[in-house]
Amino acid sequence: MNIITALARLLIFPGLLFAVPVAWFFLWVERKAVALMQERVGPPFMQPFWDFVKLLAKDTPPRPGIGGKLMRAWPLIAVASAVGAVSLLPVWPGSGGFQGDLILLIALLEMPSICIIAAGFSSRSIFGEIGSAREAALSLSYNIVFLLAIVSIAASQHTFRLDALAQMPSTPLHWLGILAILVCLPAKLHINPFSLPNAEQEIYAGALTEYAGPELAMWELAHGLEWVVGTGLVATLIAPQISMAWLSGFIFVAISFAIVLLLSVVAAATARLAIDSSVRFYWNCTLIFAVLAVASAFLVRFRL
Amino acid sequence: MKLLRQLICTARRRSPWLFHMNSGSCNGCDIEIIAALTPRYDAEQVGARLEASPRHADILCVTGPVTNNAVGVVKTVYDQVCGPKAVVAIGSCPASTNVFIDSRTLAGPLDKHIPVDVFVPGCPPRPDAIIEGVAMAAGILAKRGMEEQQ
Repeated sequence: MNIITALARLLIFPGLLFAVPVAWFFLWVERKAVALMQERVGPPFMQPFWDFVKLLAKDTPPRPGIGGKLMRAWPLIAVASAVGAVSLLPVWPGSGGFQGDLILLIALLEMPSICIIAAGFSSRSIFGEIGSAREAALSLSYNIVFLLAIVSIAASQHTFRLDALAQMPSTPLHWLGILAILVCLPAKLHINPFSLPNAEQEIYAGALTEYAGPELAMWELAHGLEWVVGTGLVATLIAPQISMAWLSGFIFVAISFAIVLLLSVVAAATARLAIDSSVRFYWNCTLIFAVLAVASAFLVRFRL
Repeated sequence: MKLLRQLICTARRRSPWLFHMNSGSCNGCDIEIIAALTPRYDAEQVGARLEASPRHADILCVTGPVTNNAVGVVKTVYDQVCGPKAVVAIGSCPASTNVFIDSRTLAGPLDKHIPVDVFVPGCPPRPDAIIEGVAMAAGILAKRGMEEQQ
């Protein structure tokens, strides 16, 4: 991957220019799906865009000192790493990639949640700190399952290249890993039943309680981009490889859209779990499942 | 530049985020605010969203006649809302202190302490009246932002 294609992927497709409107669209789909499940009409189509523009044009309170500078930096780092993660997704067949890009993708995917934890603590609000502590506890529990699922997929195909993984024929093992990733996505995206880090009204707005104006807009954008990466990663692993570029792009978006719908319906149909139940869910139920996936992936490989 | 200003005005009109604050209300108006957000009335159609933190909000919805204990809190929360902002007084209590008038425990009405943009009278007001009040406040917000920039 030379510098020009890398820049094109970061800034145009599937990076900034493509991912930001899609992020707004997915945020709208989520809100609309929840509204429809509750028999409401729901927000208009342009709502996330209007929210973003309005937040950009709002004032922010004065933030003196190094803590204030850090508070301004965290949302920007979150957005930057989320865009980087989107741009690594191999939407087009043969669009290039490099050995180990899956590991980079996972690292970038983890950055927004680390930024949220840091943001809550640097805001020095008691609600922010509670939100951050919850986010940290949750991230420790779901990430093990998430990483094991990725490792099981990579081990069964013997590569850490995303485009190579996307081109592999799917095996039952592959599906086990994808299922484990899907189970982790609600926790990664802070939606019900794992919405406790930003539990609305219960601990005010969690880690983001003190954020306002453009900084909050960046957090909203980072959240939308996380939707794009999370669903896009699953879509890459599921999507069949077709040589026609536009068709494979279309299939990618369609599968992502279907996963957003699925997650929104789950979010609308469930209530928020307490921290001990959430952590127990990931440690007890899904960890066993993920360990099984990894073990069988290695067994299959060595037998072959 | 003019186009950008218009875009921002439209965004302000179409995305009013609310923070709900109770200054000693009997809970009647608070229930009606919740009713305005529930499926029957669905304030999300006009872009309204109930926010958990005053920092996120554009419109402060105050209920209750402002008791002596609540004065400081009302002022603090008003200052925490970032500009441009608007205040909607919901119910008869913040407008006139209602049946509690002349009580020694009250410091109301609300506009003695913070500037109020829209009054939604009623005891309690109907949810559709609250939504109309919020939409009016969003309009005021858009106009105010425009004037500030000019």
